[in-house]
Formats: sequence, structure tokens, C-alpha cells
Amino acid sequence: MSEHIVSVKVYITICLALMTGTALTVWAGLRDFPWPLNVIIALTIAVIKATLVVLYFMHVRYSSRLIWVVFASALFWLGILFALTFSDYWTRGWLPIS
Amino acid sequence: MAESYAVGHETSHPALRHHFENMEQQREAGTLGMWVFLVTEIMFFGGMFLAYTLYRSQYPQAFASASNHLSLALGAINTGVLILSSFTMALAVYSAQLGHRRNQVVCLVLTILLGLTFLGIKAVEYYDKYVDHLMPGRLIPGHPFDASHVHLLAGAAKQNVEMFYWIYFAMTGMHALHMIIGVSLLSVILYFAARGRYGPEYHNPVEISGLYWHFVDIIWIFLFPLLYLLGRHLAHAG
Repeated sequence: MSEHIVSVKVYITICLALMTGTALTVWAGLRDFPWPLNVIIALTIAVIKATLVVLYFMHVRYSSRLIWVVFASALFWLGILFALTFSDYWTRGWLPIS
Repeated sequence: MAESYAVGHETSHPALRHHFENMEQQREAGTLGMWVFLVTEIMFFGGMFLAYTLYRSQYPQAFASASNHLSLALGAINTGVLILSSFTMALAVYSAQLGHRRNQVVCLVLTILLGLTFLGIKAVEYYDKYVDHLMPGRLIPGHPFDASHVHLLAGAAKQNVEMFYWIYFAMTGMHALHMIIGVSLLSVILYFAARGRYGPEYHNPVEISGLYWHFVDIIWIFLFPLLYLLGRHLAHAG
């Protein structure tokens, strides 16, 4: 698999998209949306920005399957970290302590 | 044995290490290695993001109060600075891939300068927190934490405001440390780039330093809304 060279035009587009996302998240953060919309909007924009960086700046879109798997494993283990911890915290108090 | 290996390398690139078949394999191995390292970094920061999420969900008012005291303008400017530095980093890799030495050096210098700008703005923010007695606990001798400068929303307890600042300094401090490491790394890359070491056949050090730099950018992309922005709309509701 030979190296894919991303064009400058793509880099400029991504950079502008990231700047727009930043402006958008500041604008949305100052507005009073009904709970929990503020959190959802902020995190959605952050995830989109991070995805753009990973796919284009970090070339994952053009990388081998192996890189995809390695990156996905990070997200998977992060998911375990959050899921197991919150399965504890959220369920505390569900049962009365005898 | 060494001879038989050397045969295939007679016409190869001087940067090719003897344990790789060819430059392509060496490049892919290097990139994979960096990604494995970044996975451990994701887990490392993941623990802190977990702590943040837990405490924020337990003490939303205190976290919103503390968060509103941070400078949104400086945080937003720093986000822009870091995105721009990622852009110039990407262009540095691009220039290396095409073998444009001058552009590569210029882009690396810009990336380093933007990284230093970020750290400078961060230092200004830290100093503001120091002046307002917001360094948590007794980190600074004779200058203990005092939340009296923070406008408390209804239901916010001072010790939970302090908890926010523990997490704030742990996360942004770790991020800043990564920036410092990144700037040092890029300075070394810049030195070799200026001497013309990197070109179309060999630029993996530039590429994987770039991966690290973009990763640090991604951490900030999450830190900015989580630390500076959430709860900002409550500032007037207090």
C-alpha cells in the first residue's frame, strides 16, 4: 500500500471547517437551550471536529485497515472504562442498604 | 548472515534500517508504532475525562460556577491557535512528502511558534487563576485556595468548585506538558529538516511527530467545550 498524499485544498477545507466548528460551539454554548441540549450540541461538535482531524490531518482515511483497528480498539477500551464505571455510579441507591 | 541481508540493501535508501525489507515497510511500521502509543495516550487522558464526567454529573452547579470564571475568550483563541498549528503541521508533512525543503522548514517554524503562543496564553490564564486564589488545595505555599472570587450559582458548594479546579489544572497541565514535549520534538525535526534529511522517500519522523501533534490538538478540542463552555449559558441565571 503506497502513501497517499492529501492535497492542500483538502487541508484548507478541513482547517476552515474546524474554525467554523469552534465558532459554532462558542455561539451555541452561550445560548440557553433546554437541558441537556447544550451538552449534546457541544459534544457533537467536538466529536465531529476530532473525527475530521483523525481522518484528514492524521491520514486515517487513507491508512491501512491495521491502523483503523488499532484506533478503534482505543475507542472500544474507552467505552469499557466509561460503561463499567457508570454502571456502578448510576445504579448506586437503586437498592436500599440493609 | 549479515552479508546475505546486505545484498538486498545495496541500492537502498541510507535511512533504511537493516531489519526492514524496504522503505515502505519501515514507514508503515513506524506509523503503526505511533498509533499504538497514541492508544495508550487516549487511555491515559480517558481516565481524566472519566473523572471529569463523574464529578460534573454529581456537582453540576459548582462545576458551572467554576467554569464560568475561566476566560472564554482566551480559551476560544487558544482553540483557534491550536487548530492553525495542526494545519501548518499537516502542511509540513505535505512539504516533506513532496520534498520541498524550504516550505517544510517554514511550516515547522510556524507550528512551533503557534505551539509556543498557545503555551503563552495558557500561562497568562494560569497567572490569572493564581491571582484569584484558584490554585487548588495548598499547591502554592502561603496562597491557599479561596473561592470568594467565583460567583457561585444556587446549590454550588465551595469544595466542589475546588474539585473543578483540581481537574482543570490536572487536565490542562497534562495537556500543556504534552505541548511542551511536542514543541521539543518538532525542534529536533526542524533541525534535521533544515539539513535536508527528509524527502519523498524518507519522512516518517515528520509524519509521526505530526500524528502526536494532532493528537494533542484533539485533546484540546474536547477540553475546550468541557472546561470552558458547558454551563456558560447559566451565567445569567445564577
